[in-house]
Amino acid sequence: MNLDQFGNDPWWLILIKVVAIFAFLVVMTLFTIWYERRVVARMQHRPGPNRHGPFGLLQSLADGLKLAFKEDIMPTLADKVVYFFAPVISTVTAFTAFSVMPLGPAVRLFGHSTPLQLTDTSVAVLVVLACSSMGVYGVVLAGWASGSTYPLLGALRSSAQMISYEVAMGLSIVAVFMTANSMSTSQIVDAQAHGQEVSWLPFPLPGWYAILLLPSFLIYFVSAVGETNRAPFDLPEAESELVGGFHTEYSSLKFALFFLAEYINMVTVSALCTTLFLGGWRAPWPVTLLGSGVNHGVFPVIWFSIKVLLLLFVFVWLRGTLPRLRYDQFMRFGWKILLPLNLVWILLLAGVKVMQGSAVPAGRKVLIIAAVAVVALLAVTLWPSRKAEPKPGELPPQEGGFPVPPLDLAVPPSPHLKRIEAQREPVSVGADSEESS
Amino acid sequence: MTSVAILAEAAGRVGTGEAITFWVLTPVALVGAIGMVWARNAVHSALFLVLTMLSLGVFYVLQAGPFIGMVQIIVYTGAIIMLFLFVLMLVGRDASDSLIETLRGQRTAAIVLGVGFAGLICTMLARGLTSMADKGLGAANKDGNVQGIAALLFTRYVFAFEVTSALLITAAVGAMILAHVEKRKEDKVNQPAMMRRRFAPGNYPGPKPGPGVFATSNSVATPARLPDGTPADRSISPILPVRELTAAEAAPKGTEE
Repeated sequence: MNLDQFGNDPWWLILIKVVAIFAFLVVMTLFTIWYERRVVARMQHRPGPNRHGPFGLLQSLADGLKLAFKEDIMPTLADKVVYFFAPVISTVTAFTAFSVMPLGPAVRLFGHSTPLQLTDTSVAVLVVLACSSMGVYGVVLAGWASGSTYPLLGALRSSAQMISYEVAMGLSIVAVFMTANSMSTSQIVDAQAHGQEVSWLPFPLPGWYAILLLPSFLIYFVSAVGETNRAPFDLPEAESELVGGFHTEYSSLKFALFFLAEYINMVTVSALCTTLFLGGWRAPWPVTLLGSGVNHGVFPVIWFSIKVLLLLFVFVWLRGTLPRLRYDQFMRFGWKILLPLNLVWILLLAGVKVMQGSAVPAGRKVLIIAAVAVVALLAVTLWPSRKAEPKPGELPPQEGGFPVPPLDLAVPPSPHLKRIEAQREPVSVGADSEESS
Repeated sequence: MTSVAILAEAAGRVGTGEAITFWVLTPVALVGAIGMVWARNAVHSALFLVLTMLSLGVFYVLQAGPFIGMVQIIVYTGAIIMLFLFVLMLVGRDASDSLIETLRGQRTAAIVLGVGFAGLICTMLARGLTSMADKGLGAANKDGNVQGIAALLFTRYVFAFEVTSALLITAAVGAMILAHVEKRKEDKVNQPAMMRRRFAPGNYPGPKPGPGVFATSNSVATPARLPDGTPADRSISPILPVRELTAAEAAPKGTEE
């Protein structure tokens, strides 16, 4: 797909596309809230919302209306201007990021041939990254401007989370750029249309980057969960630790905007994942056997939505399955596992690309690969292993081990028992009540 | 508008859209720059800086440099978040600048240096506009905008690039060291020691009773009642002010004769 076909639409067509994307995102948000509650409910053996509308579909609409009529509270210690702008920043960036998502190929609309995508540039994926990094300002400023302790802690966590997981996310996308030779979303979708033919394989390589670049795909998805503050990485709004995190002090429509932004962000990262790794709007393999018609007209929007909904299901699945990570474990995972893995993978991929393009004879290529493998193997075997810590119970408690009951189960009477009883406050129910009556 | 269309336009005249965007965003960028210096609160300063940087990002896109425009937004938002963190780490949430001058002659020096810097920039701009032959966007973006920047960054300017990144990392590590509270190894309390201290004589190991249990009010300042009716002092936090009640208020309600 050529970038020339973007930017030629008349103004009313652009307006239609903008309104359509807005409607799509709002409907997706309402639907995703219902979807999430139903799926989590099924996982926990309960029915979930089923009262309003068919299957409870109107539940999130009712909740949204209720939210709009609640009292709007402005905390006394809040920084008023920043407090007002924080949810606006969150929502605006969430909507903007979707403008470069390709929902389908060029179609004829009202006599104009136009792609089902608001716009595309040669750096479209960077637009999404820029929007997501601007979106963090909404969270950070909300926490700072609330003038309260828990939101500030949530904001600090969020900024640290953003800095570490944006790096992992950006690096995981680098592999896609290197393989597709482009940063434009529509061209990346096109690059996944057909698998690459390789001389030493009887069948072409898979077209989808999710299979071809599996490590990148996994790292992208993990960091996407971190980016959207979803469980198990929902540390900025950890209910059990920070009340509500950054939005503790928010209510009414301002809170609704944060809610909207969170769900739109989920849809956006799922859509970006679909575009970058799952073939975008193109039909998956068994469907393509029906003929080339499945990739024309409105059908691509259906494939795209199905892929996005499946990814959203994974988000909900994670939330229903995994407990929240501890904060230090979370940061360690981002910096010490995801980041080095990513760098090694990019290095490997770059090596493969350079070898593919070079005129070095095949024999020497094999030698180079063998040398790299030997060095990697040596590094793995000779890497200094961590000193094994003594298992709990191995050391007697006097030497720093954990206090554990003796193995023969002859539990001695506790020497503290008498003292603890003596410390309790005097309770003389019988004597006292008799006196007063 | 695509980068190609912008390229075609930028080569010759200034388009209407470009002119409108420029004249709308220039005041915004200027207000951001002035506000950054004027704002008393360090966080407000950082936010004004974000405004300026975003406007600059749009200007770059407008000048047919979509890559540098987007990178400007991504890098500077991350960088300003770091500034934000520096502020919170080093001066705290509510800190405002004081207007008392601590270094003598600081303002004079700042004005002189500022004027000198402005002079340097103007001279550079004037030289660039008059006495140097421009190659044009066509030559610069011959292999595509991203590819052109990559070629320059990783060949001619690779040393400057690395030195800048080293400088930035030094700044980040420096701020971390300044804000870090050193904890000696002896001061660390491990889990067994903590448990032993908890069950040591003189310490009550169980949770304290919550406030207001069996009480006549749900205030956190109302002590819980023990089964014999006496107030449990341990149930209220010592930092709460003691509420003084009159004898009538303190008397049990609805039990008079």
